[in-house]
Amino acid sequence: MTCEDERNNPLCSNPKCGERNRWCVTSGQLVKLLQILVKMGTHMLLKFDQVQKSYPGGRPVLRDVSLSLDRGQTLALTGESGSGKSTLLNLAAALDTADGGEITLDWTNLSNLDDSGRAALRRTSLSLVFQQFNLIPSLTTGQNLSFHARLAGCHDPDWCAHLADRLGLTDLLDRYPENLSGGQQQRVAIGRAMAAKPKLLLADEPTGNLDETASATVLDLMLSLVADTGAALLLVTHSQEIAARLDRRAHLTGGHIE
Amino acid sequence: MTLTVIQALASHWRAHRLQLATLLIGLALATGLWSAVQAINAEARASYDRAADQLALGQYDELHDPTGPIPLSRYVDLRRAGWQVAAVLDGHLRIDGRALRVLGVDMVAYPALPAVTQLEQSGTPPDPADILTAPGRLLARPELEMLLAGRASLPPVMTSDALPPDLILTDIGVAETLLDRRGEISRLIVLHDQPSAVASLTEIAPELERTAAASQLETAQLTDSFHLNLSAFGLLSFAVGLFIVHGTVGLAFAQRRAMIRTLRALGVSMRRLVWLIMVELSVLAIIGGILGLLLGFFLAGALLPDVAATLRGLYGAPVSGQITLQPQWVLTGLAMALGGTFLASGHALFRLSRMPILSGAGLQAWRSAASGNWVTALAGLAAIAGGVAALLVFGGLIAGFAMVAGLLIGSALVLPYLLARVLIVLQRAARGPVAQWVWSDMRTQLPGLSLALMALLLALAANIGVGTMVSSFRLTFVGWLDQRLTSELYVTAADDQQGQQISEWLTPQVDAVLPIRSVELAHPTGPLFLYGVIDDQTYRQKWPLISSSPGVWDRVMDGAAVLINEQLARRENLWPEDVLAITPTTSMTIAGVYSDYGNPTGQAIVSMAQFDQIAPRAEARRFGVRLAPERATDLAQALRDQFDLPRRAVVQQAAMKAQSMDVFEKTFVVTSALNILTLGVAGFAILTSLLTLWTQRLPQIAPVWALGLTRAKLARLELLRSVLLAALTAIFALPLGLALAWALLAVINVEAFGWRLPMYLFPADWVYLLLLTLCAAVIAAALPAIRLLRLPPADLLRVFANER
Repeated sequence: MTCEDERNNPLCSNPKCGERNRWCVTSGQLVKLLQILVKMGTHMLLKFDQVQKSYPGGRPVLRDVSLSLDRGQTLALTGESGSGKSTLLNLAAALDTADGGEITLDWTNLSNLDDSGRAALRRTSLSLVFQQFNLIPSLTTGQNLSFHARLAGCHDPDWCAHLADRLGLTDLLDRYPENLSGGQQQRVAIGRAMAAKPKLLLADEPTGNLDETASATVLDLMLSLVADTGAALLLVTHSQEIAARLDRRAHLTGGHIE
Repeated sequence: MTLTVIQALASHWRAHRLQLATLLIGLALATGLWSAVQAINAEARASYDRAADQLALGQYDELHDPTGPIPLSRYVDLRRAGWQVAAVLDGHLRIDGRALRVLGVDMVAYPALPAVTQLEQSGTPPDPADILTAPGRLLARPELEMLLAGRASLPPVMTSDALPPDLILTDIGVAETLLDRRGEISRLIVLHDQPSAVASLTEIAPELERTAAASQLETAQLTDSFHLNLSAFGLLSFAVGLFIVHGTVGLAFAQRRAMIRTLRALGVSMRRLVWLIMVELSVLAIIGGILGLLLGFFLAGALLPDVAATLRGLYGAPVSGQITLQPQWVLTGLAMALGGTFLASGHALFRLSRMPILSGAGLQAWRSAASGNWVTALAGLAAIAGGVAALLVFGGLIAGFAMVAGLLIGSALVLPYLLARVLIVLQRAARGPVAQWVWSDMRTQLPGLSLALMALLLALAANIGVGTMVSSFRLTFVGWLDQRLTSELYVTAADDQQGQQISEWLTPQVDAVLPIRSVELAHPTGPLFLYGVIDDQTYRQKWPLISSSPGVWDRVMDGAAVLINEQLARRENLWPEDVLAITPTTSMTIAGVYSDYGNPTGQAIVSMAQFDQIAPRAEARRFGVRLAPERATDLAQALRDQFDLPRRAVVQQAAMKAQSMDVFEKTFVVTSALNILTLGVAGFAILTSLLTLWTQRLPQIAPVWALGLTRAKLARLELLRSVLLAALTAIFALPLGLALAWALLAVINVEAFGWRLPMYLFPADWVYLLLLTLCAAVIAAALPAIRLLRLPPADLLRVFANER
């Protein structure tokens, strides 16, 4: 039912229809509503379908990779050095574009997005944790923590405070990254990623630069936060031990998923 | 081993070609601007020396008559008494608008001049009789031949390149006719070989004064201040260029820390490395220096004609408008390039030499650099205090320059600290995450950009300071011209008799006829030009007095007091109520001091009656004529017709002012050019800093890009950052520039030229300069921004894969 058809519908919200027609919906709105209902009915968040990617020299990195990740699910991506793990992660993060195939994130085909669209997706739908932490050195811990959420326009001070508390950063909020240990920096990076409450968290060797104790702490925190927020996690790792703690595991060899 | 190490060191420049180009361009600019100024100064000084040799000036004692020209009879008396003296008649002639100096000498008695010797030794030597008898001959440089030859009113011309530019040398008899000063002698040269038993000067000519050769005021002394000012500007440009060198070498050394560490680990001693780096720097300095010398040579060639015109206009200094390549100039330029390179690289080299073998290879962290701002700022404050202390304790021109140097260098050193503080405040005030990041990221950029920003600060301050000085000077000068050139017409008669006739003819037709009479007196303080004036409202109402005692004009007209110009007042610290000894027998109380720009010598004004007593034979053939301005043109023509006067003998006020303003504008052509060039160098410093910092920017930018900012937005932010830093620097440059302007007007000008000027502010000029600066910043940042815009994501992704 649209307001054009039912001008006297007492629920119409189209201004043209007048004050009485408050609950009328247009045909476009109806389609969106249906899409939302379909999305709510499915669990799939990320899908790689026959994805191909080559280096500039022409050497293929990913060959017909197909992969899917459901909402709230955790997936470990393992493989040898140079097998294409980071490339796959970069494609999932909309940092890079595929040469062939289709990548869908939250029902959005990434190939259809331009630079601005991909940037918007990175702001709002996903978060990243890097091996090198990649905090912004000129901002304090507190500012780094809230940075992504503020960029995405979804900053929640209470949630940030909760995260700082969970990550043991409350006393470090005024410090600059260079004054933090590697484990502390990675906890800030996880906090930054989770502050925006992303649907998908992508982590590239998040414990690769940490010692055993710090690695365990960081991984525990990350997994518990993912579980609490219902985010999906795609984690690239060399470690079979870490991979074993995640819901699923995919292994990349020579650009193929095994 | 040495060759292997050299290859390793040189590989850095192969990999960083832009850095190498920046270093060489920085060196070339620094050396070029400095060498250009030195070439101009050296050429001018060489011209003075040449002129002194060519005219035998400053080599002989001279005799002057303080009351006016020496009569011919006195010359005859001295010669008859056995005195070996030679007569000189010195004057100026204007031909087709070009002012020429006429030097008439007694060709028989005067020491042999190079020009005359050259002619005598030429293939076709002139007949001496032609030179000595009417119509005589004029000797001039070849370039004047076109101007002088073939004129019915002038004798035939002979050319010689052994003469100063714009000078006519001739026999004194010919000069008398040319200058229309028959029977007059300006001075007598006392030749070296005097007979042992001659009557003393006091017996034969008691009115004549003898001036020792050593005490004669030379052109070089007169123009010292002008050359010092040019040198100061050249030094500023040199310093700005060195900022580029310092920044580039510092970054290159920081980037080579890993290589140095590896080389040391492989067994190369630090001592050998330091030596090889010094050799490498020397080679680069010589290459940059040679490029700079080429640049300087062409720049000097372009600027010299205007400088020569200024020196001729201001001081009557004979300077040719052509530059010649001199070996000592080349050597000095290369020495400056070498010295400058080591000065700019010394700190980085020292740090490198002290680097522990196990130290990290990364670049200096921004936080430690920020904390270092404190020390630099304190050093800057010390430099400012030192400069001010030098002025207060020592005084004088050199101390004035020391103060200006302290102010500029000190402020430049304080700049990074001030910018960091401002950025902290702005970061705290920022609300959005992007704004917060932009401000904080600007702080991280500060250490790398601070040298370029210091250079920009210096260039902007110099622009504002010199611009304010020149504009204040122009405003004052125009006002002063209005006060000084009050007469509607200026008339020069052929002789005193015609002057008398003109005066009588004019008196019933005009408001006032104001005689302009002057005489040059030998004075212990240097040449003193004494003027006589009649009592007229024009003087009482318009004369530009800057200090006076009550009833100043009444006292002057009563013959009880004298007015002196500002130069004499400041040089000798003579002010109203002090006493001036005009001649050994005449001393008068000073009643007032007047401004007198564009004139390096002392001047005094007395009443006409007093003047007649002091210089009774001074010529009386020049007048100022007061009348209704609209009648000036007609009366000028009537005067020419009535007395058969040449066009140049009757000049209207407007033409006189235009001529004066022309000299004024030419004076500042060279400083304006150096100003713009210095600003250009500073803009280039920003560009090179941004380009050399480019590799360091990616780790800062990549995470923000990954978090969802597009490259286009990041590129815009890069532009904005550069513009904001330049704008902040410009804001700090304003008070510094005004302080510099004050120092130039109130200290340097007073010490160098003897006059103090009021300071005016020109906000429109500041806005223009700010816009120019912002444009320069946009242009400088455009290339890095475009690079960022076009950067493939793969390059940004490398940041996450491999931390730099």
